[in-house]
Amino acid sequence: METLWFCLVAIMIAGYVVLDGFDLGAGIVHLLVARSDAEKRIVLASIGPVWDGNEVWLLAGGGTMYFAFPALYASSFSGFYLPLTIVLWLLIVRGISIEFRNHIASPVWTPIWDTGFTWASLLLAVFYGAALGNVVRGVPLDASGYFFLPLWTDFRARSSAGILDWYTILTGVAALLTLTMHGALWVAMKSPEPIRERAASLARRVWWGVVAATVAITAASFAIQPHLSERFAEAPWGFVFPVITLTGLLGVFLCKAPRAELPAFLSSCAYLVGMLTSAAFGVYPLLLPASTDPALSLTIHNAAAESYGLRVGLAWFIPGMLLAVVYATFTYRRFSGKLHLE
Amino acid sequence: MNLALAVDRLQFAFTITFHYLFPQLTMGLALLIFIMKTIALRTSDEQRRDRYNGAARFWIKIFAINFVTGVVTGIPMEFQFGTNWAQFSRAAGGVIGQPLALEGVYSFFLESTFLGLLIYGEKRLSLRLHWLSSLGVFAGSWISGYFIIVTDAWMQHPVGYRMAANGMIQLDSLRDLLLNPWALWQYTHNMIAAVVTGSFVVAALGAFYLLAGRHESYARTFVRLGVTAGSIAMILLIVPAGDQQGRMVTENQPVTLAAMEGLFQTVQGAPIALVGQPDTDKLQLDNPITIPKALSFLTFRRWTAEVKGLDAFPRDVWPDNIPLLYFSYHIMVGLGTILLAVMALSLWLLARDRLYTNRPALWLLLLMTPFPYIATTAGWMTAELGRQPWLIYGVMRTAAGISPHVSSGNGLFTLLGFLGLYMVLGILFLFLVWHEIEHGPEKLAEGAA
Repeated sequence: METLWFCLVAIMIAGYVVLDGFDLGAGIVHLLVARSDAEKRIVLASIGPVWDGNEVWLLAGGGTMYFAFPALYASSFSGFYLPLTIVLWLLIVRGISIEFRNHIASPVWTPIWDTGFTWASLLLAVFYGAALGNVVRGVPLDASGYFFLPLWTDFRARSSAGILDWYTILTGVAALLTLTMHGALWVAMKSPEPIRERAASLARRVWWGVVAATVAITAASFAIQPHLSERFAEAPWGFVFPVITLTGLLGVFLCKAPRAELPAFLSSCAYLVGMLTSAAFGVYPLLLPASTDPALSLTIHNAAAESYGLRVGLAWFIPGMLLAVVYATFTYRRFSGKLHLE
Repeated sequence: MNLALAVDRLQFAFTITFHYLFPQLTMGLALLIFIMKTIALRTSDEQRRDRYNGAARFWIKIFAINFVTGVVTGIPMEFQFGTNWAQFSRAAGGVIGQPLALEGVYSFFLESTFLGLLIYGEKRLSLRLHWLSSLGVFAGSWISGYFIIVTDAWMQHPVGYRMAANGMIQLDSLRDLLLNPWALWQYTHNMIAAVVTGSFVVAALGAFYLLAGRHESYARTFVRLGVTAGSIAMILLIVPAGDQQGRMVTENQPVTLAAMEGLFQTVQGAPIALVGQPDTDKLQLDNPITIPKALSFLTFRRWTAEVKGLDAFPRDVWPDNIPLLYFSYHIMVGLGTILLAVMALSLWLLARDRLYTNRPALWLLLLMTPFPYIATTAGWMTAELGRQPWLIYGVMRTAAGISPHVSSGNGLFTLLGFLGLYMVLGILFLFLVWHEIEHGPEKLAEGAA
């Protein structure tokens, strides 16, 4: 039962990253691919009807983690106090930037929100990547199951490190590159020329960076967290996840034709899912490894709620999420196809 | 009180108070927009259909600004359970995580999907599908409200749980948790209050346009709809909702009742204090103006019933800020009474077809705008201050719930950050809403979504 909920929480997080990932990415590339006001409106319109729904995956995923693994929720949220609060602020700035911009057409008003949208999206991508890096690296949990990390200390990836060290900065940059590519592919798919060509060419160039980052964080992760190699050695079927990652990455490279925008975007989704599931598989059955003493790690067993809650949760969670998928499908179909410049 | 605890409490109080200014209008307005779309769908009179569709289109614009502000200030609420109240979350997450996750899964997906269609979809959807979108947004926001109330109600009146040996609080019955009798009345009370806020805002804007001599036909529609819905809501708010909510407090939190009413001594035939200042040193109400025996009647339906005062309870279960609790409660009731009177007067004038031209009455409606917000905030302060010193009533004290390693310095850093950010957000919100009001409903007339 705990394993099942581990998978469900991982699916919620993957769903969030894939979906909100493209609208974060659209924010990152916003100022790069859209020059005129009309073009900027296209980028915003491409995510307008869906970004809020995408962000719901974060809330629903957080809630799911809260009741399934309350000790993990309590420990990680209080331990990552500062970066999480900053993430909340960035989400606020980003949300209002998207929604407030188009209410007033003035050269004094719109640049504020274009800048806010871009920078908040960019920093969020870096923070999310660094957060994942922290989970893989481990945190200094004490015997009561809590910890507190400052933003940075000496940047060494040891138990004395803060949120940011060389490894988590690396994962942050990797996330930034990945979501830039992901967002550029989305914008290319939804936009008319000349935005499409700019976004597609940006995605092609960033792709090389994503390849380099993938290699670097794979090597660094195995060096820093020995649990990963143990996991892949004891359950070799887990290599299916890295294979998904590579297939996705290759797919993005191959689908370059203007008609292959949807396969290119879906390949990027596969890449993201592959990366996240590889990390989740490698960490399992840990939820939050302790960098102090491995025995203090939070695992699916010592952090889970008791069995009644998990069982009854399953009864409403599965149908509820199926319903959510139906809503999402409906929205994406209603708003499918390219947008046009006015 | 140690500093970290004080900062954690202040931050939660500030962020939730600011946040809830927006959802109360979201939920009230969602119902009113749904009513507008329903009238537009059902009428055969083309002019009437256009006016109600136009009215809905205008309010959807205001709704969208309000909604996004509510969303971005709402995300920190769920996260703060973990960031600032880790020991509480660790112990009780297995219980209250359920309604919070239910809210995400069953309401936010519904709400966000249909809101996208409601805002962006009028040109792409048929009239019926657009109406359905307004129903989806209404249902989504009201379901969301229920799950949040269930969460708070469990902290006020915990049910359906059991204490495990390791100090963790385990869910024993999801059914009991979701059907908590406290939640049912609190929800009724709260949602009707949201309708009151929405109605006053709609009516006040209509009054503003009439006073300014602009958008006359829309303005009349706003006033009529706001006053009609507001009058019905105002009555239901007091009886049965407020009355039954009061009974829940009387039965389950008698010490809270005593503090709310400023009743220091247990008496038979207790008076109700209309005005007065609680003096917690001398344990008396200064300068009281009271109605004799009224409190006994209201709480127990007998004029001579005994009502327990604060003296009947040990000091360590007294709410820790009695004066603020007392004033919050009295402000809620006092403003509620004024709002009822204004709605009654407006309805009377409306029925005699004199409201649209009666400038003093329109001014009165306009000036009432802040009061439903203040009354609702005061009501929530009554509930939450009344719960103190408990985080989970009778189970876990507030001081025992905070995050063990979050220092007061880090807490203050984020509190100040929220203060600054929300101040900017509040100014921007008012500015944009004002901009839409200036723009008016007229120019949106032909399908410009």
